[in-house]
Amino acid sequence: MNEAVVIPMEHGLLLAAILFLIGLLGVLVRRNIILILMSLEIMLNACGLAFIVAGAHWGIADGQIMFMLILSIAAAEVSVGLGLLLQAHRRFGSLDIDQASRMRG
Amino acid sequence: MADYIYLIPLLPLIGFLLLFATLGKLPKALVAVVGVGSVASSAILVLLTSVEFLTLREPLSNTLYTWINVGGFSPLVSFYVDGLTLTMLSVITGVGLLIHIYSSLFMLDDKDYSRFFSYMNLFVSAMLVLVLADNLLLLFVGWEGVGLCSYLLVGFWHEDSANGAAARKAFIVTRVGDTAMAIGMFLLFVHLGTLDFAPMTAAAISQWPEGSPTLTIACLLLLGGAVGKSAQLPLQIWLPDAMAGPTPVSALIHAATMVTAGVYLIARTHEIFLLSPFALNTVATVGAATLLMAAFTAITQHDIKRILAYSTISQIGYMFLALGVGAWASSIFHLMTHAFFKALLFLAAGAVIYSLHHEHNIFKMGGLRKKLPVAFWSFLIGSAALAALPFTSGFYSKDAILLAAYENAWQGPLLWAIGLLGALLTSIYSFRLVFIVFFGEVKTEPSQPAGWLMAAPLLVLCLLALVGGFIVIPVMDVFPAATGPAHDGLIAIITPAVPIIGVAIAYLIFLSHSVDISTWTNSKMGKTLNRFWFSHWAMDWFYDTFIVKPYAWMANVNRMDIVDWCYNFTADVIRLLHELTIQSQTGQLRTYAGVMVLGLATIVAIALFSGGGTAP
Repeated sequence: MNEAVVIPMEHGLLLAAILFLIGLLGVLVRRNIILILMSLEIMLNACGLAFIVAGAHWGIADGQIMFMLILSIAAAEVSVGLGLLLQAHRRFGSLDIDQASRMRG
Repeated sequence: MADYIYLIPLLPLIGFLLLFATLGKLPKALVAVVGVGSVASSAILVLLTSVEFLTLREPLSNTLYTWINVGGFSPLVSFYVDGLTLTMLSVITGVGLLIHIYSSLFMLDDKDYSRFFSYMNLFVSAMLVLVLADNLLLLFVGWEGVGLCSYLLVGFWHEDSANGAAARKAFIVTRVGDTAMAIGMFLLFVHLGTLDFAPMTAAAISQWPEGSPTLTIACLLLLGGAVGKSAQLPLQIWLPDAMAGPTPVSALIHAATMVTAGVYLIARTHEIFLLSPFALNTVATVGAATLLMAAFTAITQHDIKRILAYSTISQIGYMFLALGVGAWASSIFHLMTHAFFKALLFLAAGAVIYSLHHEHNIFKMGGLRKKLPVAFWSFLIGSAALAALPFTSGFYSKDAILLAAYENAWQGPLLWAIGLLGALLTSIYSFRLVFIVFFGEVKTEPSQPAGWLMAAPLLVLCLLALVGGFIVIPVMDVFPAATGPAHDGLIAIITPAVPIIGVAIAYLIFLSHSVDISTWTNSKMGKTLNRFWFSHWAMDWFYDTFIVKPYAWMANVNRMDIVDWCYNFTADVIRLLHELTIQSQTGQLRTYAGVMVLGLATIVAIALFSGGGTAP
């Protein structure tokens, strides 16, 4: 009788938090726009993981539904983000986010 | 009925609008037709009105509409014609028409012919509103209107900045008086609740005992307006400079009509002034002081128009003297005769100036008697009337004023003596002018004698100046009946004799040269006195030193407006905050993200640690 191995919620949430922080750190320290977008994906997925873990813990489907939503939003975000990236590259000749600082006061 | 009265001021206004809208586009002949025609049609309407008034023998009124209606204050736009108004209407449209006809030739060479006539029409319209108004507020509209036209016409030749300065001086000095008058109006309204002449007078009589302080203050404030407009002490300094305008303007505005508006104002509100003996005595004092000061000044001047300007100030002084001693009818009578002979003198002076290519200095003229006969006879008749020689128009009015002054209970003989000295000086300076300009040797050859359009008004005015004394003005119902002069024989003989003595003195000094005054005028005291009088008792110097210069100094010191500092301080603080916060806007997306994370973390932390157990 193999007892189902249950991963405790704390572990799942901890993993989500660590992923979120890694993503955030990536957004803050990376200058390449592509890598920033990738970091944003990591943050979104961290959120999704937190939803899944919480949904599994309480045994309801809401968490998975939220994850589906996040996936679709992420897809939209990436397509818009890549469009902006192309424009930025064309305009500034580089993918350095710090170059796009014309809005400073 | 009298429902056409509103057309009297409206027609010149239409003339103004027509000329002003088409400025300079119409041919000069058409401009003259419009400009003169509008005043002529007003004059015809005034004639109709006077026929109606004299048959009905009661005041006419014509209410148009309620101007504003707010909180119990509802002044009407309403016109009112009684004997006093009718006299003024006749003078304004009659003399105004003659001067317009004269101007149509006098100004013909001016490039701004159309602008000149549009301003003149506007002036006539405003002046008619002033005398037709049946409440003080509408009168004030006309009052300010004529002030504006005076400004525009004094500065008519604005290419010369001196003319602009004269126009500004006229405007600002009269504005001082107008402010006093406006405050007087507010005071009357606050206490009496209305500005319509008839109810206002009735309320004043029932509400205030004779000599009450509020009433006296209100009267003195109205007097302030009157002395500003009528160029009396202490605000008379603007009138001599106003001679910078074209000569017909000087004749119409600064001699015949506008400057007598102050006399009209006091005559119109005479029932209120009667309640305040102090105010009346002040009126008489102002008049007496002004007439003497201006007469002394006129003797020393050598600009032909300035002599006439000072004599205008002096003659209006007589009118104020008459008002102050309660001789209302004599004052208005003198106003009318003065309009005739002073308009005549100015227009004749204009004819002389026109023929001598804008020469104003009388010592460069001479012997013009044969060359300019029309101007000479006009000047002779005008000066005779001005000097009040017997049987001219000025004689009847000035004689009546002097005798009424003698009868006055307060300082009567003194006022009479001042008036008499003034009359002596008047005849000296007016015949000095005649003798120097028209007799002796020819100094400047005149050219281009005036055409009939200029001569005809002069002839009509000559006639009026001669026989104007026999006109009976219909003001018996307006003013309280004067007590019959019971003066003794000697006074009645001295008064008319004095002007003749003056003419004789002028003859001896300036024509036959049998009396030599050069040793006296060349003495130290004579020179000082001459300079003192020439500068009009140093009044311009006085105002310049004690008002204009300190004001200019203050304005200069206060160049960085002190009041502005308060507002600038607020602005500076906000600008400083702006400079500080601007540093946070780096344009670095990553910084923004970092700050957002920090802020979010702070908020979450606060929510967690302060909310404590309530979190789910």
